[in-house]
Amino acid sequence: MIVFILRRLWQSGFVLLTMSVIVFVGVYAVGNPVDILISPEADQIEIDRATRALGLDKPLYEQYWIFLKNAVKGDLGSSFVYNEPALKVIFQRMPATLELAFTAMFFAVVLGIPLGMYAGLNSDTFIGRTIMSGSILGFSLPTFWVGLMFIMLFAVILGWLPSGGRGETVEVLGMQFSFLSADGLKHLVLPAMNLALFKLSLTIRLARSGVRECMVMDYIKFARAKGLSKTRIIGVHLLKNILIPVITVLGLELGALIAFAVVTETVFSWPGMGKLIIDSIGVLDRPIIVAYLLIISLMFVLINFIVDILYSVLDPRVRLQDFKS
Amino acid sequence: MKRLRQKMMCAMIFILLLSPFAVSAETLKIGVAAEPSSTDPHFHNLGPNNALAYHFFDRLIHQDEKQRLHPGLAESWKPIGPTTWEFNLRKGVKWHDGSDFTAADVIYTIERIPNVPNSPSSFTSFVKQIKSWDVVNDHKIIFETKTTFPLMDAYLSAFSIVSKAAAEKFLRDNPGMAKDIYTIPSKYYNDGTLLTGTGPYKFVEWIKGDRIVLEKNPGYWGETAGWDKVIFKPISSGSARMAALLAGDVDLIDKVPTADIEGLKKNNKVTVSQGISNRVIYLHIDTGRDDSPHVTDVNGKKMGKNPLKDVRVRHAISKAINREAIAARVMQGLAIPAAQSLPDGFFGSSENLKPETYDPKGAKKLLAEAGYPDGFGLTIHGPNNRYINDAKIAQAIAQFLTRAGIKTRVETMPKNVYFSRATQLEFSFMLLGWGSDTGEPGSTMMKLLHTYDKENSMGTSNRGRFSDPKFDAMIEDAMSTVDAAEREEKLKRCSEYVFGERLGFIPVHFQVNTWGGQKGISYKTRTDEYTLANYVKKD
Repeated sequence: MIVFILRRLWQSGFVLLTMSVIVFVGVYAVGNPVDILISPEADQIEIDRATRALGLDKPLYEQYWIFLKNAVKGDLGSSFVYNEPALKVIFQRMPATLELAFTAMFFAVVLGIPLGMYAGLNSDTFIGRTIMSGSILGFSLPTFWVGLMFIMLFAVILGWLPSGGRGETVEVLGMQFSFLSADGLKHLVLPAMNLALFKLSLTIRLARSGVRECMVMDYIKFARAKGLSKTRIIGVHLLKNILIPVITVLGLELGALIAFAVVTETVFSWPGMGKLIIDSIGVLDRPIIVAYLLIISLMFVLINFIVDILYSVLDPRVRLQDFKS
Repeated sequence: MKRLRQKMMCAMIFILLLSPFAVSAETLKIGVAAEPSSTDPHFHNLGPNNALAYHFFDRLIHQDEKQRLHPGLAESWKPIGPTTWEFNLRKGVKWHDGSDFTAADVIYTIERIPNVPNSPSSFTSFVKQIKSWDVVNDHKIIFETKTTFPLMDAYLSAFSIVSKAAAEKFLRDNPGMAKDIYTIPSKYYNDGTLLTGTGPYKFVEWIKGDRIVLEKNPGYWGETAGWDKVIFKPISSGSARMAALLAGDVDLIDKVPTADIEGLKKNNKVTVSQGISNRVIYLHIDTGRDDSPHVTDVNGKKMGKNPLKDVRVRHAISKAINREAIAARVMQGLAIPAAQSLPDGFFGSSENLKPETYDPKGAKKLLAEAGYPDGFGLTIHGPNNRYINDAKIAQAIAQFLTRAGIKTRVETMPKNVYFSRATQLEFSFMLLGWGSDTGEPGSTMMKLLHTYDKENSMGTSNRGRFSDPKFDAMIEDAMSTVDAAEREEKLKRCSEYVFGERLGFIPVHFQVNTWGGQKGISYKTRTDEYTLANYVKKD
């Protein structure tokens, strides 16, 4: 177990280092942030001043070295645009994105697993087929288009829900959450559903194929022969077994949900990290881009790690030693 | 303590009941395309920041919707010598915290501007001309400029005045947060601590990415605010902004996507407000080099000489472009063909200049005269996410030029790549835009058309390296003429020479901006493209 964790740590350190080098060189190759940030009226003296103020007058390797030295101390630099620590700017936006991603994941699991199981158990019925064809739609329709259609239908035509923004928030443990107020909840439903749609389809498919696979297994037959009720067979023995692939895939997808909620956040003007990173790339705000990508890589590493552990808890046949090879 | 608070609450409620303002609480919600990067008015010279600052702060001199100058915190001003300006400040103006506005605040602002920590684009260029000042009394300042500086008033209309007392109080309460009152970081403006202005609105809160909330300042010295509460919501996606308007979530949006304007005009639940901007879209031409990187002969080979240096070729290009068609088709009416750097009616724009008429035959003839009867090859570069329909304009221009014999390729790219490359002179023929902060053509021509001179800060945005000694002399003379009427005449002659004869750059059109509002809400448009709550009117 300890060897496993150490190996993971060393690997992730390497990933983070490589990532920061790529971003530094990448942003450098794209262009000079000063050219975009500065007013076109500015003269040369002002351009030089701004270049110095942002620390861009030094050669790239020196800028990178300064970054590394500060990064070790936990300081990933200050945003060029907001003039506040990059980590602070990102963490301010993080609760909004996390809330959106977890709500979407909640929808996907709570709706997806029952629907998928129903479709698996009744695959030849009309409803079963409808669920499956519906999931194809969920897969294939582009997120931004569905988002706009949601807005058209629920906000513009029906007027039930607001078209965007975050609404009232309630402070919990120093972070702002909107799912605790009625107004916030109203704002949350559409973007969360929009973000959930793809994962929902995925969950349905995973659950359905899991059911189809497990139903013919010996332990189900045995349970039936033992005379267990149908509810117990499905609710305990079947459910537990189909959860393994669902958790593996959804765990990885959760990372993607958090990191790439960009489209949904833009369509719904959701003040999360995705919008921040897009805006930052637009103006080459390097400290934000670097810090964001580092956080995201770290998050993926962590999620993978947790999934591995969960996996071994759910399936006693898998032990962590197996990962060594 | 608790008792005291209760008493205060009672008193406040009583006052609220008495005050006429409490009768109707009018809230205005505005969906804006771009969020400010800071509420510190001196941190970043950027459109959204400057527009927001107009709500909290006043400037010495205000610019109206056509960028004409009006008294702001300065009641009157006049040049009293070639390099001496007298400013009389308004009396009886109160800061939001109740203290009095005096000359010390103006001086503090001028000294703070060059010292704002880590500013990515400061206002230093607007105060650099000031050599010294003499505070005669609390409401009179005499400024001495380094050289004859006729644009003193226009420059002093470009930045907000902040409170010295508030900064001093902040530093007393939080010692060690900054070295002195001049280097207090912008974050203390962002969280509202230092956001004490004299303007028509007070700061309530800013939740980054979601909303900025303002409330009326009932004690404003000028015309009081038209709205009790204003909420700015940043909605960067155009279609989401449209949806928010149609769903009734916001009362007004700026930058309506061009494709949606026709639909909005037909919809009787909304109103559309349109107005010309001071932003000219123009083509900068490499006239500085004999071997320009993207100029080739007809077969795509290096030519060894640069036809763009020939003024006849530049006129041929201008004649080959059908500006009316671009305005009507590509821009769907959102543009007005341009002949100079500022639209008609602005200070210093010449009545004698008319947009070049479309004349492909004339263009071919001029090309033949210049020695290029078969034309040559050229690449037009442009951004694809900066100006309204920028990439489409570049394509249209390329087609017009190709028809006239100049085989033109198009290359567009995102603005974060484009502007760096344009500044490094990697292009030969480029589409750019320029908005005039000062509302007159002089500083624009100084920056874009004067010979490039890094040391003296002239021609700093001259990306075509146009250079004409006669023009340099003319514009320098105009820009050192203090008398406004005389300067205006000289600037007109400059425009006529550089756009009518020399074509230092080729003006294409002026952008027209569109705001969309709920029925009964209209926007009195501004040429500087700002969205200001007090320009929103309700029928």
